[in-house]
Amino acid sequence: MITFDRFTLSNGLRVLVHTDVSTPMAVVNVLYDVGARDEDPDQTGFAHLFEHLMFGGSLHIPDYDEPLQLAGGENNAYTTNDLTNYYIQLPADNLETAFWLESDRMLSLAFSQKSLAVQQKVVCEEFKEHYLNKPYGDVWSHMRSLAYQVHPYRWMTIGRELAHIEQARLQQVKDFFFKHYTPCNAILVVAGNVHVAQVRALAEKWFGPIPAGTRYQRKLPVEPTQAAPRYKMIQAPVPLDLLCKTWHMTDRLGATYHATDLLTDMLGGSASSRLHQQLVKEQKLFVHIDCYHFGSSDPGLVTIEGKLVEGVSMEKAEQALQEQLNAFKSQPPSEQELEKVKNKTESAIAFEDMSVMSRASSLAYYELLGDAAWMNEELGKYAAVTTAQVAAVSNELFRSENENTLYYYANPPA
Amino acid sequence: MIDRKKMPPIVDAVHYQLELKPYAHHQLDNGVEVYMIDAGAEEVLQIEWLYKAGNCYETQNLIAATTNYLLRAGTTTHTAYELDEKIDYVGAYVNRGCYNEQAAITLHCLNKHIDVLLPLIREVLTESVFPEHELLLYQQNMKQRLSVNLRKSDYVAGRLIDAYLFGEEHPYGKYSSPTSFDLLTRDALLAFYDRYYKRGHFQLFVAGKIPADLLEKLNRYFGDLPIDSPSLPTHLLYPAEQRKFTIQNDPAGVQGAIRIARPFPNRHHPDFLPALVLNTVFGGFFGSRLMSNIREEKGYTYGIHSYLLNLQQASAWMISTEAGKEVCEATIKEVYAEMNRLCNELIADDELNLVRNYMMGGLLGDLDGPFQLIARWKNLILNGLPPAHFHRTIDTIRSIDAQQLQVLAQRYFDPADFYELVVV
Repeated sequence: MITFDRFTLSNGLRVLVHTDVSTPMAVVNVLYDVGARDEDPDQTGFAHLFEHLMFGGSLHIPDYDEPLQLAGGENNAYTTNDLTNYYIQLPADNLETAFWLESDRMLSLAFSQKSLAVQQKVVCEEFKEHYLNKPYGDVWSHMRSLAYQVHPYRWMTIGRELAHIEQARLQQVKDFFFKHYTPCNAILVVAGNVHVAQVRALAEKWFGPIPAGTRYQRKLPVEPTQAAPRYKMIQAPVPLDLLCKTWHMTDRLGATYHATDLLTDMLGGSASSRLHQQLVKEQKLFVHIDCYHFGSSDPGLVTIEGKLVEGVSMEKAEQALQEQLNAFKSQPPSEQELEKVKNKTESAIAFEDMSVMSRASSLAYYELLGDAAWMNEELGKYAAVTTAQVAAVSNELFRSENENTLYYYANPPA
Repeated sequence: MIDRKKMPPIVDAVHYQLELKPYAHHQLDNGVEVYMIDAGAEEVLQIEWLYKAGNCYETQNLIAATTNYLLRAGTTTHTAYELDEKIDYVGAYVNRGCYNEQAAITLHCLNKHIDVLLPLIREVLTESVFPEHELLLYQQNMKQRLSVNLRKSDYVAGRLIDAYLFGEEHPYGKYSSPTSFDLLTRDALLAFYDRYYKRGHFQLFVAGKIPADLLEKLNRYFGDLPIDSPSLPTHLLYPAEQRKFTIQNDPAGVQGAIRIARPFPNRHHPDFLPALVLNTVFGGFFGSRLMSNIREEKGYTYGIHSYLLNLQQASAWMISTEAGKEVCEATIKEVYAEMNRLCNELIADDELNLVRNYMMGGLLGDLDGPFQLIARWKNLILNGLPPAHFHRTIDTIRSIDAQQLQVLAQRYFDPADFYELVVV
């Protein structure tokens, strides 16, 4: 049970406080309700580039990192297709330093041309390092654009192409900031060796005076129901063929979300999972095979992805996978199999909740979804899933008209 | 109106009185040492069986790592699948790890499942059978994984720089090849298992919210195992003569993997702790000289880091980055320029003060939670360092001055001593 207090400042900033006096540290987590899905299709990668720019100095503070390091703190940030999250960990004694830094950059960035120019280069190198220079690094670029036709999940968080990042202009950066980086679009979580009254006073002092901004109304195009299977074929200089399939699933708040999540654990994700046992160990067709989803806010994708053993044909591998899915659809999982993935989930949550930082970011995330208290209800929602529900979800999910397939072929040896 | 230009007052982290929470020390009936940290609010446990069974003990490449990996591949009474199923059923994680001196099997679980898991672990440590078909599958899949990894410039660079530093014959420098996987045999694994696990030597590192009867249970399942500590074989270092290497790995690649490294003594050398401070200034954190110049000023890379390798017998000082193909040369030039600056100019008080605070704050954060605490103790114990070493670390962070750091830079930052590798 994760306890917390919650209040809202007059400018709309939601503040959550989670006290844990067993640690000497404090965590300050600021979540902004903006991700890659909120980008213009011709300016993709902006939310993530922006995350980098948040470290390039704010209105009154030329350097973000230096004072924080001086206060014994560390920080980082991440951007997903749904949200952007910034977090600081520092000795609790120096909590106010984090308020000072985070509030100033919520007030306004310095918008330096130089910082933009440098971070454009840095992000381009990040793009190359993770998506161009790595074998199979472009799988998701292809898969996203195959599975989504109109929804902005059709591009990756890093962006659709390098050019979008290279062409970003300072005015666009300013517009993006004042649209999204405002108190009413943010959630502040303060956790660790802190107290509510202290956090309230600091929040009023540092964040209170920031103008509320306008609440961003998200109006994203809804992905139409897929009506026929889609395929794409790629050749690349990689050593092994790869098969990647996705199916459209429910959104994060959908009634079948927890059943879907457990279903992916039955199929992949552990040594005893079905696909690993059958296709890697028994039939020896795949070097590895995984089943997962991203837990995205809007309707996401259940993914099965694996590299083929050399010499195994794509057709054979695909057929064997199809047989596994057919078997899974025709026969509901046993109670024991369901119990296994529930136990795994319980254990994963317990280990995750060990770290204050992880508790803080989870609170922010559930608050973004609708209510931080849902964090404590999660386990119960998993426990309530039945084998019949899993069977129903698998039949709904694994229909050929709902399926996207990427055949990723290794170039024939020269 | 608040003055937003003015930083709120801070407590300098250097003034913190940091204490490393002591472990509880016990011995099982067979003399096995048990180190325990009881902390944390969640009902979870981490137990590590750390054997003297690392790469140093093998006489054929990959035997130690493969034996360790295939510990879950089946026992006299359970197949690999049955083991996997039992472990997964209670949501536990049983991981293996093979290092240079040690090899580990690590259990993470909810406390309530410990009674199911301890006998299984005992079985894995005493009755593994290494089935031929599991070995064949492992060989096939590992060779294919290797073929994927060898396309990655950073993977290739990581292997080669270690080989240059320590020699390809040394456990710290040797690496795998498809042939070395082909040459593995079940008999060789069984022999290694028999000597280094069944009749070997292990220590136990335990952390989490420890149940009152855990020690008794550990003794019940592991206190009767035969213990015969193997002596660590001696390996000579054969560092490469040539210093500069450029390797063509991926003609279509858009980045080069850069490694610049020099040999460095291990943790027992008096320069080691001062070097941790100098390294932090140089390339050890986001605000370091290398990051500020090469990422934040020039944008050549997504990240550049320097570090001292965590090795027990001999260490090395390493600089590691991936940079755009066209700026690899410029990046290397800047790395040496930053070394040069540390040799020729004193580090300013402000910068050194910041680094001290950053390191102390980091240490405070690192001591948070049972798993972090046991990891720190384990590092001291494995390196044969006394508990006072922790306080020496803090004293060094607090008291080392700019002159001492400059002397240190002059001693170790001679470009002639560095290996330089670019894999493109």
